[in-house]
Amino acid sequence: MTDASMPPPAAPPKPSAPPPPPSRPPSSADDVHDLRPPRNQWWDVWDQFKTHKGAMAGMLVFVSIILFVTVGPWIWQVDPGLIDIRSRNLGSSWTHPMGTDQLGRDLLARMMYGGRVSVAVGLMAMLLGIVLGTLIGVLAGYFKLLDAPLMRTTDLFLALPLLPLLLILVALFRDVLEGVFGQAMGVFTLIVVAIAITSWMQTARIVRGDVLALKEREFVLAARSIGTPSRRINTRHILPNVMSPIMVSATLGIASAIITESALSFLGLGFPPDFPTWGRILYDGRDWIEQYPARVVWPGVFISLTVLSVNFIGDGLRDALDPRIRGR
Amino acid sequence: MSGGRKKLVEVRNLKMHFPIVGGLLRRQVGAVKAVDDVTFDIYEGETLGVVGESGCGKSTCGRAVLRLYDITAGSIKIDGTEIGKMSQTQLRKLRPTMQMVFQDPQACLNPRMTVAAIIAEPLEEHGKLSGKDRLNRVYELMDAVGLNRNFANRYPHAFSGGQRQRIGIARALALNPKFIVCDEPIAALDVSIQAQVVNLLEELQDRFGLTYMFISHDLSMVKHIADRVAVMYLGKIVELAPREALYTNPLHPYTEALMSAVPEPDPAIEARVQRIILKGDVPSPANPPKGCNFCTRCPKVMDICHKIDPEFREIEPGHFVACHLHDATMPKTRTSADQTGAAPRPEHIQQGENA
Repeated sequence: MTDASMPPPAAPPKPSAPPPPPSRPPSSADDVHDLRPPRNQWWDVWDQFKTHKGAMAGMLVFVSIILFVTVGPWIWQVDPGLIDIRSRNLGSSWTHPMGTDQLGRDLLARMMYGGRVSVAVGLMAMLLGIVLGTLIGVLAGYFKLLDAPLMRTTDLFLALPLLPLLLILVALFRDVLEGVFGQAMGVFTLIVVAIAITSWMQTARIVRGDVLALKEREFVLAARSIGTPSRRINTRHILPNVMSPIMVSATLGIASAIITESALSFLGLGFPPDFPTWGRILYDGRDWIEQYPARVVWPGVFISLTVLSVNFIGDGLRDALDPRIRGR
Repeated sequence: MSGGRKKLVEVRNLKMHFPIVGGLLRRQVGAVKAVDDVTFDIYEGETLGVVGESGCGKSTCGRAVLRLYDITAGSIKIDGTEIGKMSQTQLRKLRPTMQMVFQDPQACLNPRMTVAAIIAEPLEEHGKLSGKDRLNRVYELMDAVGLNRNFANRYPHAFSGGQRQRIGIARALALNPKFIVCDEPIAALDVSIQAQVVNLLEELQDRFGLTYMFISHDLSMVKHIADRVAVMYLGKIVELAPREALYTNPLHPYTEALMSAVPEPDPAIEARVQRIILKGDVPSPANPPKGCNFCTRCPKVMDICHKIDPEFREIEPGHFVACHLHDATMPKTRTSADQTGAAPRPEHIQQGENA
């Protein structure tokens, strides 16, 4: 039965093709001897991801940042809002590893609490923006009838000046949302939604373009000839194939979400002034940049590290998700 | 003889026109008549070859028969069920009976799915088996098409063209179909692999009793695999006959020209072959000529050809042709009045059975 053109099964075509992890027993097909059962694709993705050094470094940094902002406050139990005017504008020391600000508040504690909000806003706004953008892109690309209305809507959003739009959103909905979710959660929801609905357009356009090309490919026709309904053609055949551009805009989205949040906070439209976020710490420190540059450097470094690590993770994921690149 | 073979596929007056839109208001200004009034039958267990030059509507015809397009007009009966006007949702239940093998083995496999997932997709869609049974069925299918079971975890890009085509064939076989449309399954493969794939298709036909509609532009391959052959030109079937009859005694001038173009391996014969060279290009299917579609290039053209579209008639038993040259020839067994289509009477089909 063997085809002359087949390579001998003993010699895998790719030297770096990972062998199955020895810890996984062939459980799903015990009756088929010495055959690897189809393993979950995500194991292949993980194997490939591990080989991407930048992605692993990014992952390490990102996990450290997450730990810093979640576990950190339990270890460094200093109230970020505690004003100690006598110890203001201090440099690094054992009592204040990152120094203090002009009101004598401990910068390390503020960075930890501020990071929670910034990372959460970044991730949530990115997720929401990506989901919205992908949904609209796929619908517009796949269903011809929806194409024109959805794309004109996208153009409309692209043409809107973002900052005034955000200002109006905040002015209109801030009190309503604070009434429903409480102050912090209300502002959080508002900012996440505001950032998401002003950042989904690029994703939608890119995804639509890719879907338009993909839906004419023969494997989509083949799926239709099998009888796969449209929604599963989308989830099984089209979405995995537009993953790469989505990953790219997702990683870029996190960065711009964190920065937009800090801009909003700076304008006094985001979180209240006593509520630390990385963006706010950065803007607060801006006035003292000549005397105490550390106050700008710390939040700046953390924002950059988050953005950079997410970019590297996205890069690694994109490579790992593409079977053609996998194993190279 | 009365218990002749069962018709699995009956196509009557199938039309597939693609609209041409133009102008400021995007109104329909015309139509590309990719398939224009085509009538044929396919009997259970046989292979109907469909040949013709590029752009004559072969592939469109194959896809329209499987209702991958919404057809313009006509009727398609598969296994006694009329599917011509069914909605795609209703069709879904019938999809297991009819499957397709595609031309480009690279493009017809999702690059992000493993071979196992690709072959299992139809099983999953139609909820046939679950878990372990499904995996075993996938392995069975891989055995049937000659793929190593160890390849189940690999992705399409890791295979050669021939192997990819085997994956496509395994997927088409997964639901035990009765009827498979092979849309130029060998066109993208090199010659040695072509033979492998064609032999595989024949072997599978014997094993599973499959019926093929084999679309190709390779006349010698069609001669090898088909029981009956339909020749298409500009969206119409110009001649439909059992293989031997068509290759030895082509009745339509276009078929003659096509047959004379087949390369001959024996140089002695090759030197004496009189090729019929057709002049000009195929007319646009959006604007076919008046009368016979072939009248602009036909070497035996007559006045009537420019006026009246010839009827698709049975000239000899089982041998249908649409040409005015044979207007005088009356079918021996019945009058032309009841010639509704390409349905040859069962006893005549014997000619095609010497495969």
